[in-house]
Amino acid sequence: MYDDSAREDDAGLDVIERKLGMSRRNFLQFCTAMAATMGLPAGAEAAIAQAVATKERPSVIWLHFQECTGCTESLLRAEHPTIEKLILEVISLDYHESLFAAAGHQAEAARHAAMARHKGKYLLVVEGAIPTKDGGIYCKIGGKTALELLKECAADAAAVVAIGSCASWGGMPSTKPNPTGSSGVAEVLGKPVVTIPGCPPNPYNFLSTVVHFLTFAKLPEVDHLGRPKFAYGRLVHENCERRAHYDAGRFAMEFGDDGHRKGYCLYKLGCKGPETYANCPSILFGDVGSGSWPVGTGHPCIGCTEKGVGFAKGIHELADVKTVVPPVSYPRIVEEQGMGADFASSATLVGIAGAAAGAGAIIARNLGKRDDPDQADE
Amino acid sequence: MTISRRNFLKAAAGGGAVLATTGVADPALARPNLEMPPKAIGLLYDATLCVGCKACVVACREANDLSPVFSTDEKLWDTPLDISAYTFNVIKMYKDGSGEHKDQLKDGHAFVKRSCLHCVDPSCVSACPVSAMEKNAENGIVSYDADRCIGCRYCVAACPYGVPRFQYDTPKPKIGKCELCRHRLPEGKIAACAEKCPTGATLFGTVEQIKGEIARRRAAKPGEMVAYERQRVGSGDTHEKKAPLYVNHVYGEKELGGTQMMMLSGVPFVALGMPELPERSYSSISETIQHTLYGGLIAPVVALGGLVALAWRASKNHQDEE
Amino acid sequence: MSIQKPLSPPHRPAPLGGSLVTPVTVICAVLSLIAVYFLAKRFIFGLGAVTNINDGFPWGVWIAWDVVIGTALACGGYSMALLVYILNKGRYHPLVRPALLASLFGYTLGGASVMFDLGRYWNFYHIFTPGLAHPDSVMFEVAVCISLYIMVMWVEFSPAFFDRFGWKGMKTLVERLMFAFIGLGVLLPSMHQSSLGSLLVVFGYQIHPLWQTPLLPLLFLLSAIAMGFAVVVFESTLATSGFRLKSETRLLAGIASVMNGLLAAYLVIRFGDLAVSGKLGLAFSSGFLSLMFWLEIAFFALPLVLLQGARRNRARCLFIGAVSMLVGGGLYRMDGFLVAYQTGAGWTYFPSLPELMVTIGLIAFEVLAYIVLVRVLPVLHPNKSEPAVAAAAAAE
Repeated sequence: MYDDSAREDDAGLDVIERKLGMSRRNFLQFCTAMAATMGLPAGAEAAIAQAVATKERPSVIWLHFQECTGCTESLLRAEHPTIEKLILEVISLDYHESLFAAAGHQAEAARHAAMARHKGKYLLVVEGAIPTKDGGIYCKIGGKTALELLKECAADAAAVVAIGSCASWGGMPSTKPNPTGSSGVAEVLGKPVVTIPGCPPNPYNFLSTVVHFLTFAKLPEVDHLGRPKFAYGRLVHENCERRAHYDAGRFAMEFGDDGHRKGYCLYKLGCKGPETYANCPSILFGDVGSGSWPVGTGHPCIGCTEKGVGFAKGIHELADVKTVVPPVSYPRIVEEQGMGADFASSATLVGIAGAAAGAGAIIARNLGKRDDPDQADE
Repeated sequence: MTISRRNFLKAAAGGGAVLATTGVADPALARPNLEMPPKAIGLLYDATLCVGCKACVVACREANDLSPVFSTDEKLWDTPLDISAYTFNVIKMYKDGSGEHKDQLKDGHAFVKRSCLHCVDPSCVSACPVSAMEKNAENGIVSYDADRCIGCRYCVAACPYGVPRFQYDTPKPKIGKCELCRHRLPEGKIAACAEKCPTGATLFGTVEQIKGEIARRRAAKPGEMVAYERQRVGSGDTHEKKAPLYVNHVYGEKELGGTQMMMLSGVPFVALGMPELPERSYSSISETIQHTLYGGLIAPVVALGGLVALAWRASKNHQDEE
Repeated sequence: MSIQKPLSPPHRPAPLGGSLVTPVTVICAVLSLIAVYFLAKRFIFGLGAVTNINDGFPWGVWIAWDVVIGTALACGGYSMALLVYILNKGRYHPLVRPALLASLFGYTLGGASVMFDLGRYWNFYHIFTPGLAHPDSVMFEVAVCISLYIMVMWVEFSPAFFDRFGWKGMKTLVERLMFAFIGLGVLLPSMHQSSLGSLLVVFGYQIHPLWQTPLLPLLFLLSAIAMGFAVVVFESTLATSGFRLKSETRLLAGIASVMNGLLAAYLVIRFGDLAVSGKLGLAFSSGFLSLMFWLEIAFFALPLVLLQGARRNRARCLFIGAVSMLVGGGLYRMDGFLVAYQTGAGWTYFPSLPELMVTIGLIAFEVLAYIVLVRVLPVLHPNKSEPAVAAAAAAE
């Protein structure tokens, strides 16, 4: 069954088996999961396996600004495979403050070295918002402001990925009144970047994006906010396990009430699912376990992946329901109702009218004869 | 030709004069619009708050024991296209172009609730010959009593909003319409649609409360955060939302003398399929004519007396002839 | 035949006799049976199983034709009573009884078709039940007046039956009290024929402004009386040619002139009202409805033109004029109740075939009953030298 190329692949997989310390079976499962997350067609998992196994690991530089490191934490807790293996072996993580053993000048030197060595080829990942007010003095690393660091690192990057809501548009630090002028990566750089919003984002959405980059040498298709469509193409509301309750008008009226216990829809409690694009209902929250995501545990979605919703609207504010745009299955203001003329009835009517007119004409003619004085008196 | 046109017209004019003098001259017979009942209750529908979840449609079905209505082949989902004798409440959608902007005429969409507006001076009540449609003197609910109904469908034809609907598919038909959940009120419950509405787009209350709430909502500056109550005015169950830009029109405030369900919207009501109506109720015009001609049966009795006298004279003549 | 004396006392109506089984009666009977079949279906499965009526058009042809136009076409008895008994024009007396018979049928069947149309017909008596009856309702007034009028008409017509069965005492009694019934028999149709127009007032904007006016009752009344006269002319010309009776052209010419007077009044009021309320422009700017409006007006105006002066004495002109009047009055009602009824966007209605067959069956039944009754009851005035006529009618 195996041809040469397949054997070559096998050789590559042997390498990866050793490199990652994961079984071939587990590795292929990982690749399949990645392909599935991205909604790639059957066969793509092979391409991914091939890419991960044989391509040169892309260099990744990971910057931290105004953040809580939740994104990294979330990433660290991915288990298929354990992420530290992946980021150390599949990619070449050349700079990451939280995971670096090195510190101070040594760390800065590593960053510079990586940037020089992989100029134009490295992947820049940004975690955290960038303060822009007062010259960006509210966040400094190694004496440089976040603004300067970002611009410096982005200049020679092959691609920039903003991970987490903060990097995506400012996120939590940008909540009004936004004292530090927190902004997202795209805004600061003045050009669109791929964003993986979420607080924290699901690690697989990030990993899939990276693997896509690795496999196809380009970033996945994104929406107008830079979010990969495979992960952020659908509203939470559309795949929500509680959707049936929404459609049936069954709402939890307050936390802990009977409806809440029965798993009714959380819309009335302020769930932002109807206006938030994310795949949470499908891949849940990180690798926590079955059914675990905010709505699954009874808390309304806060809309963390949605600029203008997460960290902007109040928890109890109601969502604007976006499933109706473009509108589906609503009766229009005017619905055509009733039966028009069919052939049988109109033909009958025409027939009757014709017969009546004909009969009338004949009668009128005969009556006319009567009027004629010559014929009237026999 | 022994009868001249002039004679005939004279006689006809005479008859008309009898009617005219007994009726039109008496202003007491002119029937003005009815007044809002003292303890009128109603609904406020704020189209800008409505998210189209149709919870009210489902709630209405449950409260009124109505089965789902299907408009698709699958018969899986309740998909009524309009109110009917089997659906008392429906959320309809206005849509233009891409439909992406809520409460906007161009490239926008907007919802509207179709159900009985509970007119202050209802045409259906005026039309009904057997008092099957009645307006409660206290709370103003326009109710229907099938046991009285003869099924003439005058109410269906007369309603300017097309609300009462008839069952054409059964030999024992009834009229179906929203009765503001009058069967639930004695249990201390409110209209089911308002109770289930998650946004307060449909809000229950006395008409007085509703008018106050309308004034409050209209006074808010567009964009500023406003607390909106849900279920009923005074429920305390609130959520906050940015105030919308309303069109300068409260539907039901003046239409045909007013309705007890009133509506606010961000798009003109014509777009939502609501007719533009004068302030004078049609029933008041119709009843003024009726009262003028038949008030107290004065004109008919006078006319009958004259007619019988004339007929008696004529019959004597004819007998003489024969 | 046209040299008939204007007054021919004593006029004695008599049964025409002859066979009851003719092609016409057989066809009418078959059509009536078809209607019975569909009516059975309606009572078993509901109105929707037979008709196309819907919530946008809750009233279809069964109301617009059978009741509204049907009773207007049955105004012959009313119009003739008005002329003969109220305006005391005794010379038209020979035309009363046939007109009354036609009215009796028109109204009785109109009343019956209301029963077919009522969704909850078993509650019909509620209209007469104190406490339930709602006098503010135009429908209440129409229903009560039509019901009473049907009863009054049966009383008015009862002498014909009493003649037939030879109940002299009853006949004398009824005839002695007849003036009271005649008074009622004029009042009641005046009330409900006008109210059939008033029915539309409460529809408000749903009736196109070219038709909607507070003067609807007056316009309906005037046109109903005119239609009553037209129907007398129509039936008389039909009956005289169909049964080969003596022509009554002279009398009919007199009636036509009365009808024209009413028509003129109707048109003046109609246009005057439109002009005063500033709606005349709509007569040209309402598309299809403008067309219908002018069609109506043309049919109303034709008799005015056609039946001027001497032409009034020509049977053909009389017939065409009467038909035109009837079509105009019918159109006016059809427009008011269906065509100009703008129930809201999206609604369509056109009568279904079964629905039409019921209406056709009713008309057929009416014709059938008329033929049968004039042959067995003293209604029409056969020519005196007439064994030949009766034979000819029988042969038909």
